[in-house]
Amino acid sequence: MAIDKNKSWIDARLNTTALTKVMMTEYWIPKNINFLWSFGVVLATLFTLLIVSGMFLLMYYKPDTTLAFDSVNRTIMQEVAYGWLWRHMHAVAASVVFLVIYIHMFVAIYYGSYKGGREMIWISGMLLFVTFSAEGFSGYMLPWGQMSYWAAQVITNLFGGIPFIGADLVIWIRGNFVVADATLTRFFALHVFILPMIIMGIVGLHMYSLRVPHVNNQDAEEIDFEAEAAKFQAGDKKGSKVMPFWPTFLAEDFFVLSGFMIFFFFLVFFHYNFAMDPINFMPADSMKTPPHIYPEWYFLWSYEVLRGFFFSANLGLVAFGIANVIFFVLPWLDRDPVVKPAHKRPLFRVWFWALIVVMIGLTVYGKLPPTGINAWIGFVFSVAFLALLLVVLPVISKIESKRS
Amino acid sequence: MAVDESKRDFILTALGTFAGIGGAAAAYSMVKTWDPLPSVIAAGVTTVDVSSMQGGELRTVEFRGKPVYILKKTPDMAPSKNKSTVKVGSDEFVVVIAICTHLGCIPAFASETKQFKCACHGGEFDVNGANTFGPPPKPLVIPPFKVDGTKIMLGEEGEEYKKLAPELKA
Repeated sequence: MAIDKNKSWIDARLNTTALTKVMMTEYWIPKNINFLWSFGVVLATLFTLLIVSGMFLLMYYKPDTTLAFDSVNRTIMQEVAYGWLWRHMHAVAASVVFLVIYIHMFVAIYYGSYKGGREMIWISGMLLFVTFSAEGFSGYMLPWGQMSYWAAQVITNLFGGIPFIGADLVIWIRGNFVVADATLTRFFALHVFILPMIIMGIVGLHMYSLRVPHVNNQDAEEIDFEAEAAKFQAGDKKGSKVMPFWPTFLAEDFFVLSGFMIFFFFLVFFHYNFAMDPINFMPADSMKTPPHIYPEWYFLWSYEVLRGFFFSANLGLVAFGIANVIFFVLPWLDRDPVVKPAHKRPLFRVWFWALIVVMIGLTVYGKLPPTGINAWIGFVFSVAFLALLLVVLPVISKIESKRS
Repeated sequence: MAVDESKRDFILTALGTFAGIGGAAAAYSMVKTWDPLPSVIAAGVTTVDVSSMQGGELRTVEFRGKPVYILKKTPDMAPSKNKSTVKVGSDEFVVVIAICTHLGCIPAFASETKQFKCACHGGEFDVNGANTFGPPPKPLVIPPFKVDGTKIMLGEEGEEYKKLAPELKA
């Protein structure tokens, strides 16, 4: 094949001009959006920070039950120059990445961006939520403190609830009768290589899935992207309803990102303790359970659904299983085919804020000891959560679809 | 002109079969790689001499990485309803894996109420290990054991162990 001599050396071989157009300058984004559309770029940045800080931690971390605790708490924290910085960045980013994921998710729910042709964006996003959860859990095990150990014990035990194969499956996952060295090394492999590779693949899918139905906007207006892009390119930049991904959309994103990064490094330097449980500064002891075990804040809502059915462990497990997959089918639980933001759907708007309240309630009670009245409040929140998604949403969305 | 597709079909079927066998073999080896190592499975039997224990004394021993409670019963403790205790000579012992049957935390022994209480989710067991309150779905599990004189050998299945009700066993 002949090389085009009119192009630059690199462009002739890699077609960079066309690539830049497809990826950046002619990737069209609606103008009618607000700062809530910037959290995808914030997530991409946080994931990058996790990889960079993780690589430096990996240079000193030792995945061995006899060495892991000291390699983190002595070597990295006390001896490695700026080891504390990488650890605190990694811990804080791992925590706030879930805050941003939840914001990103609930923006999509509020504006109806999960349905009407955008189902694959939603499903790939939920796959990212699940893989990030696995990444968070496997990483939490690595410092091999008391919380690391007992979280691993409780979470791997959950698989024991699966009928027939449960008990053998738990031993297979652990590689031992209890959480032990084999468990640590395999979760280390998952955390530093396998899961990040899977996450990167799904991130690619997630971004690609945006291309076909395009990005939603504040009013869920159906935009003719080709016509609006042609208008923009013809010079009517003001009249066009779209703008290029680069430089216009990203310029706005970078503004939000800058504000977020100030908040992030404020936490890293001054308030990192929220991401570091004091109990995890005690080395793992398989013979002694800490008096009160709870997961990190971002798992508390589903943990409370598990505990909420305090009178039946099996019912709790079933409810927990449902809670973990229910959001995947959100596009089909919402039976109104028209995409509209919540403030234009009176019943859905109430449902949306009720869901937020219930999930915050589950999070609060997930942290409290499950005794006395707490157990009953947790039960009520758990039932309310399942009812909101499985019963209330299909009913109100059907009513609203008939009204319009 | 008609093309003879049978050779192509044969090649595709053969390729698919070989790739399928290879894929299954690869998956099998990957799954087996996560199995417990032989050294882990063959981890020794734990032998405990209980002749020196006093009435009401609770001893924690490690058995295959799990804590096991051995409690020497006193006459004032409630008798077991389902013959879950272990007789060594004339003495009666409670031998249970000290792992809550709910989600695997270690219940602590409350000596004043003579109960095992789990701190994680509030589960309670009586002195014989029977679940009495909260989420635990079944009694504390009894590890495989064999009584040999004044010794309890954990990890071997003796006659007394085989007679236990199935829901009490590991």
